[in-house]
Amino acid sequence: MTQSNENLPKISKDKFTIVGGKHDKTDQLAEKSVSFWKEVRLRFMHNKLAIVGFFILIIVALMAIFVPWLSPYSYREQLGVYNAPPSAAHWFGTDDLGRDIFVRVWFGARISLFIGLSAAVIDLIIGVAWGSIAGLAGGRVDDIMMRIADVLTAVPYLLVVIILLVVLQPGLLPMIIALSITGWVNMARIVRGEVLSIKSREYVLAARTLGANTTHIIMKHLVPNALGAILVTMTLTIPSAIFTESFLSYLGLGVPQPMASWGTMASDGNNALDTAPWRLIFPAILISVTIFAFNAVGDGLRDALDPKLRK
Amino acid sequence: MKKNFLWVAILAALTLVLGACGFGGGDEKSEDSKSEGKTLNLSIASEPPSLHPQLATDTQSGSILNGVFEGLTRVDDKGNVENAMAEDVKVSDDKLTYTFTLRDDAKWSNGDQVTAGDFEYAWKWALEPKNAAQYSYIFYAIKGAEAYNMGKGKAEDVGVKATDDKTLEVTLNNPTPYFLELTAFYSYMPINKKVAEKNDKWYADAGEDYVTNGPYALKEWKHNDSVTLAKSDNYWDKGNVDVDTINVAMVESAATADRLFQNGDLDFLGAPFQTVSLDKIDTYKKDKSLQITDTASVYLYKFNTKDDVMKNENIRKALTLAIDRQGLIDNVTKGEQKPANGIVPMAINGWDSQQTFFKDNDMKGAKEALAQGMKELGIKNASDIDIKLSINTDEAHAAIAQYVQEGWHKNLGINVTIDNSEWQVYLDKVDNGDFQVARMGWTADYNDATSFLDLYTTADTGNNQTGWESKEYQALMAKAQKETDVEKRLALLQEAEAVFMADYPAAPIYDYTSLFVVKDGITGMEPDVLGNINLKGVKIAK
Amino acid sequence: MIKFILKRLMYIVAALFVIVTLTFFLMRIAPGSPFASEKSLPPEIEAALQEEYGLDNPWYIQYKDYLVSTAQFDFGESMKYKGRSTNDMIAESFPISLTLGIEAMILAVGLGVLVGVVTALYHNKFPDYLGTTIAVLGISVPSFILAGLLQYFVGLKWQLLPISGWNGFIYSIMPAFAIAVTHMGFIAKLVRSSMLEQNSSEYVKMARAKGLGKWTTVFKHTLRNALLPVVTYLGPLFAGVITGSFIVEQIFAIPGLGKYFVTSITNRDYTVIMGTTVFYSIILLFAVLIVDIIYGFIDPRINLKGGKK
Repeated sequence: MTQSNENLPKISKDKFTIVGGKHDKTDQLAEKSVSFWKEVRLRFMHNKLAIVGFFILIIVALMAIFVPWLSPYSYREQLGVYNAPPSAAHWFGTDDLGRDIFVRVWFGARISLFIGLSAAVIDLIIGVAWGSIAGLAGGRVDDIMMRIADVLTAVPYLLVVIILLVVLQPGLLPMIIALSITGWVNMARIVRGEVLSIKSREYVLAARTLGANTTHIIMKHLVPNALGAILVTMTLTIPSAIFTESFLSYLGLGVPQPMASWGTMASDGNNALDTAPWRLIFPAILISVTIFAFNAVGDGLRDALDPKLRK
Repeated sequence: MKKNFLWVAILAALTLVLGACGFGGGDEKSEDSKSEGKTLNLSIASEPPSLHPQLATDTQSGSILNGVFEGLTRVDDKGNVENAMAEDVKVSDDKLTYTFTLRDDAKWSNGDQVTAGDFEYAWKWALEPKNAAQYSYIFYAIKGAEAYNMGKGKAEDVGVKATDDKTLEVTLNNPTPYFLELTAFYSYMPINKKVAEKNDKWYADAGEDYVTNGPYALKEWKHNDSVTLAKSDNYWDKGNVDVDTINVAMVESAATADRLFQNGDLDFLGAPFQTVSLDKIDTYKKDKSLQITDTASVYLYKFNTKDDVMKNENIRKALTLAIDRQGLIDNVTKGEQKPANGIVPMAINGWDSQQTFFKDNDMKGAKEALAQGMKELGIKNASDIDIKLSINTDEAHAAIAQYVQEGWHKNLGINVTIDNSEWQVYLDKVDNGDFQVARMGWTADYNDATSFLDLYTTADTGNNQTGWESKEYQALMAKAQKETDVEKRLALLQEAEAVFMADYPAAPIYDYTSLFVVKDGITGMEPDVLGNINLKGVKIAK
Repeated sequence: MIKFILKRLMYIVAALFVIVTLTFFLMRIAPGSPFASEKSLPPEIEAALQEEYGLDNPWYIQYKDYLVSTAQFDFGESMKYKGRSTNDMIAESFPISLTLGIEAMILAVGLGVLVGVVTALYHNKFPDYLGTTIAVLGISVPSFILAGLLQYFVGLKWQLLPISGWNGFIYSIMPAFAIAVTHMGFIAKLVRSSMLEQNSSEYVKMARAKGLGKWTTVFKHTLRNALLPVVTYLGPLFAGVITGSFIVEQIFAIPGLGKYFVTSITNRDYTVIMGTTVFYSIILLFAVLIVDIIYGFIDPRINLKGGKK
């Protein structure tokens, strides 16, 4: 490109910036005919970070399912080799009680992911129910329900979670309850917003005139349309639940031993940083990588779903 | 382009400047810790709940109180009792009356004379029901003390009397061979009556009302942050106090404290002020700096004898025998603790000769006992037995419990779940008998076997928790209480322990040790058997 | 405007009521007592203690007492730390937490905006990848791990900063950074995406076409608009920074309020729990309110009449 311009007066290079090709311009024409979800998928696939995140999640999930199942060791078996560094026999080393960290880390993945997913699902159920009822009913009911939500958002989350966990006793179920106790409010808000905007559309009105009841409208019309927003909120709830779980584990409120979660393992390992660093490093890396992956996928989904970002 | 980066730089600089401004409210602690004289830097794990000798109940407060106050007697680092505020002690022939004469140069830090009345005031203050001092029971050896404390007696009837400024007369219920050790305990330390009557919150902060009579004065108390002690000019024996300033930082995290020690910011790390974390024990062992002393404390698993399964003596025996104590100590606790054989630790006076009640890690005996027990209970398979092992949340307790859990599961074939609760919840469960096996640690308040044996006299003694009691045991304990001959008394107490152990209401695990590391050149920091450090005797070589 | 503020104040009062009630009943249900210890107390002493602090009253009297004391902002004497009033404890320790919090916020906003702007300007180039990686790392590393690592490497191994304590500005750098990092990541992400959005808008293209430099455009045009979402984030940021300091305060042995809050719960120190919870809640509730009001001033599109969102 530049060689052919030798006879022109010199123009300093930094007056120009390369803004990149506009290949997507041409794609756009073709995209017009594809369905919404296909389009979303295509856009999601264009997001490298999101794809990386997506594959990380698949790998983590597969490992969590298969490693504890196939491994010769169990997560609680004490093998008599204490604080051994990573080796061929124990890929991630062993901990202070002589347990294989590789197995424990993936067993911990089950627990941490289970906590995250459960919290997200509970948020989903309460949030969708609350949000859509408020949105559909409108008027006074909506007002009261949303004011309750407002007050709940004002309650400092961590204070409640800590007090609640102490009262309920550390454990898997209490942890999930504590994590989802105020989390659903956000979901409810988003769903309500979607419902309000969809409610007024013609097709819902048509369904109503045809005699469809509320449940039918929620299930057949509102949920599919609000699905995108709900999905994004869920993918972003899971990492924050995993994050909070590790935080609570550090305060001694994590799942009870010998069960392992990433949070309890990392906080145990935190004291061994200078003597047996592998006890901290592996769970810490997994926490970070997984949170990163969920965030990447969540962001990717949001970008893919948000029509404003269509270029 | 270059110019624009300048803008970014300015923005970044501004960020930092703003950062500095935002900090404004910080501290302006001058570097006075480097002032002339010898300084000792220590750390404790938490803010002392109370620095009132009669209200304190914990080791954190106790270790500081030991430095700033002084009782009638003092226990040196060898465990010997020596006179302190008292110049002379006379004991009557029936061992029931003690007459203390105070020394002439016993002075409070504000210059007042320490009087016998100050002691009487402090002790009766502790017993006065409305003050609700939690350690008041430690005075119950004194005649009339329990009745007054329970609201059933009068202050005048308590057997403590200042006959004049110099003389304190104490009458006891029973001959109490360890009474002179009790008078060294912080609950028995005096408080300045004049000051305390004027300001009933004198103990809440350092200042002119915090008047002490010990080797050090409380110079500064920054709550939740640090306590500073300075050598007291009015102390009678100040010639023997080597250290000028003691800085006690409050550092909750053991890992942080360890890093401070490695960095030289602390001179001492370990019991009783803080723990050397499990993960660091090997490191300090390797460089030979770890020091270990025996402690009169025992770690045990208590059985709930009222439980459907645990009521069976043979099951309890099986569980007791099937613990590999030495393996646990070598691999998990790592502090050269002693495998415990009874409920009284071997470090207690006269207890090193006690017989052995069972063999450690006796799997054969355990399996036999289990089979026998299962037969008695009508249980077919060992795997039908589910046992809940209760612990409170703590790294070390969890590690021990998991080790024992695996051992019981692997060797006896029974199922064990660990029931992990937060401390308060845990205490509540244990007190209400909502457990099968529960961990407990017990530390002596004074170097005598009764500090351990008294817990089990009746089933509803607050700290028994096992629900176990025995007529035979009670008779032996009652007899020992009246016995004036030291040897005979000891024999009776040892017999009582044997009665207890025959029924296995508790599985002793190990006798604690105090682990610590100390900077070179500092001596006198070894904790005594009760786990206390005598700050008065600490010497720093220059 | 005034109507909006009044309405929000009502929510704050309602939320406080919910919090006080919730805390009170949770504490009632929770087993344990501030006087419990390994060595159990004679029942008579325990009764005397209960009476001293009014814990022997029926629950509705205690509940009423709590409500009254909350309304008067006088929480009484700590049950664990003898002779110390809860109000004093808060007054002593909160300035420390606040200082740390503000420092962390400045760090988070300053670095976050910087990283966000740089990544947006060099979209899909090396600085973008570097900045995005930093932001993502910030979001995904739990603060207690980061704090431990910092303390070990920066404090002990490299001897650059003091390991722990609170004796001057230099002591606050590591803890503030440990608190700030997560939020820095979020802010960087926010700024980046809103900058990108702005960059494709007409006015920026116009400015660039007029020959304005990249950075000049940023400062004159894009940044102001791109910062709006950051302002909305300030409320949650403040809340996160203040409550997020529990662990960091513990690791760095800082005598702040966060430590009191956590230890008061484990001690069942009822008066201090109530005092710290109410205090924290008020601070957080007002922080969010103030941010919302500021937002209304900055962004004319938002009206504060409190209409339907």
